[in-house]
Amino acid sequence: MEKVKELLRSFGLPRLIIAGFLLLLFIVAPFVEINVGASLSDTLARFGMNSIMVLAMVPMIHSGCGLNFGLPLGIISGLLGATLSIETGVTGPLSFILAILYSTPFALILGWGYGQLLNRVKGSEMMIATYVGFSSVAFMSIMWLILPYSSPTMVWGYSGSGLRTTISTDGFYSHVLKDFLQINIGTLSISFGEILFFAIFAFIIWAFLHTKTGTAMTAVGSNPIFARASGINVNKQRTLSVMMSTWLGALGILCYQQGYGFIQLYQGPMYMAMPAVSAILIGGASVNKASIANVIIGTILYQGIVTMTPSVMNNLIHTDMSEVLRIIVSNGMILYALTRKTGASR
Amino acid sequence: MPLLEMQNVSKEYNGNPVLKDVSFKLKQGEVLGLVGENGAGKSTLMNILFGMDVIHQTGGYGGKVLIDGKEVKFASPLDALKAGIGMVHQEFSLLPGFTAAENILLNREPENKNVLSLVFGPRTNTIDRKELQKKAIDAITKLGVTLDPDMLVSEMPVGHKQFTEISREISKSSIRLLVLDEPTAVLSEKEAEMLLKAIRNLSAQGISVIFITHRLQEILDVCNKVIVMRDGRIINELDAASTSIQEMARLMVGREVSAGRAKEKAEERPLSDKIVLSIKNLWVDMPGETVKDVNLEVHQGEFLGIGGLAGQGKIGIPNGIMGLYPAGGSVKLNGQEIQLNNPRACLDASLAFVSEDRRGVGLLLDESLEWNVAFTAMQTQNRFLKQYLGGLIKWRDQEAIKEITDQYINELQIKCTSSKQRAKELSGGNQQKICLAKAFALQPKLLFVSEPTRGIDIGAKALVLQALKRYNRENGVTIVMISSELEELRQCCDRIAIVTDGAISGILPASTPSEDFGILMVGKTGKEAK
Repeated sequence: MEKVKELLRSFGLPRLIIAGFLLLLFIVAPFVEINVGASLSDTLARFGMNSIMVLAMVPMIHSGCGLNFGLPLGIISGLLGATLSIETGVTGPLSFILAILYSTPFALILGWGYGQLLNRVKGSEMMIATYVGFSSVAFMSIMWLILPYSSPTMVWGYSGSGLRTTISTDGFYSHVLKDFLQINIGTLSISFGEILFFAIFAFIIWAFLHTKTGTAMTAVGSNPIFARASGINVNKQRTLSVMMSTWLGALGILCYQQGYGFIQLYQGPMYMAMPAVSAILIGGASVNKASIANVIIGTILYQGIVTMTPSVMNNLIHTDMSEVLRIIVSNGMILYALTRKTGASR
Repeated sequence: MPLLEMQNVSKEYNGNPVLKDVSFKLKQGEVLGLVGENGAGKSTLMNILFGMDVIHQTGGYGGKVLIDGKEVKFASPLDALKAGIGMVHQEFSLLPGFTAAENILLNREPENKNVLSLVFGPRTNTIDRKELQKKAIDAITKLGVTLDPDMLVSEMPVGHKQFTEISREISKSSIRLLVLDEPTAVLSEKEAEMLLKAIRNLSAQGISVIFITHRLQEILDVCNKVIVMRDGRIINELDAASTSIQEMARLMVGREVSAGRAKEKAEERPLSDKIVLSIKNLWVDMPGETVKDVNLEVHQGEFLGIGGLAGQGKIGIPNGIMGLYPAGGSVKLNGQEIQLNNPRACLDASLAFVSEDRRGVGLLLDESLEWNVAFTAMQTQNRFLKQYLGGLIKWRDQEAIKEITDQYINELQIKCTSSKQRAKELSGGNQQKICLAKAFALQPKLLFVSEPTRGIDIGAKALVLQALKRYNRENGVTIVMISSELEELRQCCDRIAIVTDGAISGILPASTPSEDFGILMVGKTGKEAK
């Protein structure tokens, strides 16, 4: 009994409730004429699209900068890379690689500045980060109109200048990862390309956290005064973590775009941080502790709920409750996690 | 009949006795001096008198407190105030934007009724400014000091803030007993004199005073009798007129003459001529422990103790040298100048530091013991790492880390479930041992240890001190230990330096009688006392 309790405690009550709820949805699904295979495929596809943005939370959590509510900054770097890549006119998978390359310097520079800012507001990083995200989105809304893009696939048709709100990635890198190594069994289709892509970066982060620098980063998050007394340059470690998070955010949005098929500009990145934050928290991470397992479990649970609730609930009660439920789950989870300082299972 | 009487008062925190069998009487108008080292139990005694929450939350106290011969049990400080007991704490509790008069009568202001208050009740009464002023001036005159009632607290010198606090207490009409907790610590000599005069005034008006201070001369100046406390007991009750600073100092510091303790004393060792660490004109800006001008030479292989009362700056010395607080001056290790304000430079120079703030600075509470022990050595000396790709990738060597942690767990007898246990789950004593292990793992040439036995039980204390002594004797590592407990220093050290007011007031061999140290602590040089 003690062992069962211990196991339950380590898994965490909120995760258990959400996992139970998700399971319930899958059990109910066939009775309301929903195809379980298709639902599973959908969940996995969303996992592939969103997982890297969730992974982007990890470095900043480790260094004690809290949850990366400033993810839109990373996303904007990704958007710059994406639009520049399309502007060059390169098509096919190569455009995806080009987009990553173009977005990298933006991510590193913006990340560095963002890191400097967060070093000056220790203790209230998350609040500041939220507004860094919001204000950068607003700033870029102006820039998307002004920047001298000219590719006809991207600019407004009637004026010939200014970028459109949504740009199709068709012919460029739409589904480059999704269709790579895709396996279909009946209605179930699994895209191993996306999963592999995530696995590579998850491994890199995992390995990084086992190196000397990674250890220092974790120690800075765990007790910055201890780290300083051990000769660590706390600000440098924090800046590094913010740059990593921002770059992963850029990568994450590119991965999202290839699965979704569209680039969303202007207000698109505004609330992108919330699902990612919520997912890693559902996965069992806390404000200052997170692991790769938290990322994987959290993304599956969160995306599972997001996929299943609309369809099942709509068919069940014939009222559109789904969005309300989704918001309750995602914001409720953020609220719950922010009230706890530690308690992550590692 | 005495105004206040305590009968066999005792108190323990989590099984740790901090007050044992304390009894005393205080007559009306009497001034009682209360002296003792830090941790002797003075504050706990006053907390009991005031019915502070911390006492109730930790299981109450034993014995009786009597006022006018009737037993009282205060449920909160408010009850104590109603019974006519006032207290002035070390920290000021004043509103900076209010004037002296407003502060003195805060929440007890004389009021005027008006039309609104007839309708809405007394909450809408207005303040009677004239009466307020008059009452404040009354209180100030009663105290017998000069204080402008219209001055804003934020613009006052510290002394006047202190007077405002005391005026506030005595402006309460029921006041009969006033407790002053180190009121002169922040005052200049002139202000302190005024305060002492004020205390005599109060006493003449029939108000009893309990006066806690470290400045023994003031006790002689103002008190009728003195209670000396040590280790939670009243060691002696003295008549202030017939005692001396020396006697009080000796009683305060204490010395057990039993044979058992004497054996533990450090043996006399010849001092090496080689100077390993030389400190010149060191200043450190550490809040509450300011170091002003420290000059000190540490010899090769010695075990140097640094003692002194709390707040005098002894803790600031290692914290400043190790770069944790802003510092200046010159520190040389083996003739090499050490860069100050840079923790990394100190660690690279083979200095190590066990902080007095175990949980804040010393440990990664949420991480495993392995991390705690190995982290600093890993980061500063590249140990416990496997290198790949020509050193490009430095991978944590989990086995080497476990090995060294297990080694120290055995050596220092650390009680834990495994080396993977989190540091916060250990008891205070075992956490301290982890801090030592962390420092030992650095293989330092010179080790600073600050308050190594603070907040740990007696058994663990002995183990920690033994480990340090052994490390010094067997590995030949020079150790500088800072501690508030003189007995502890005398057990381990070769020489003991005493810090008073941010500077070294003297260095004596550990075998020197303890009253000499006591005199150094209270701020008189050896010569003057003689």
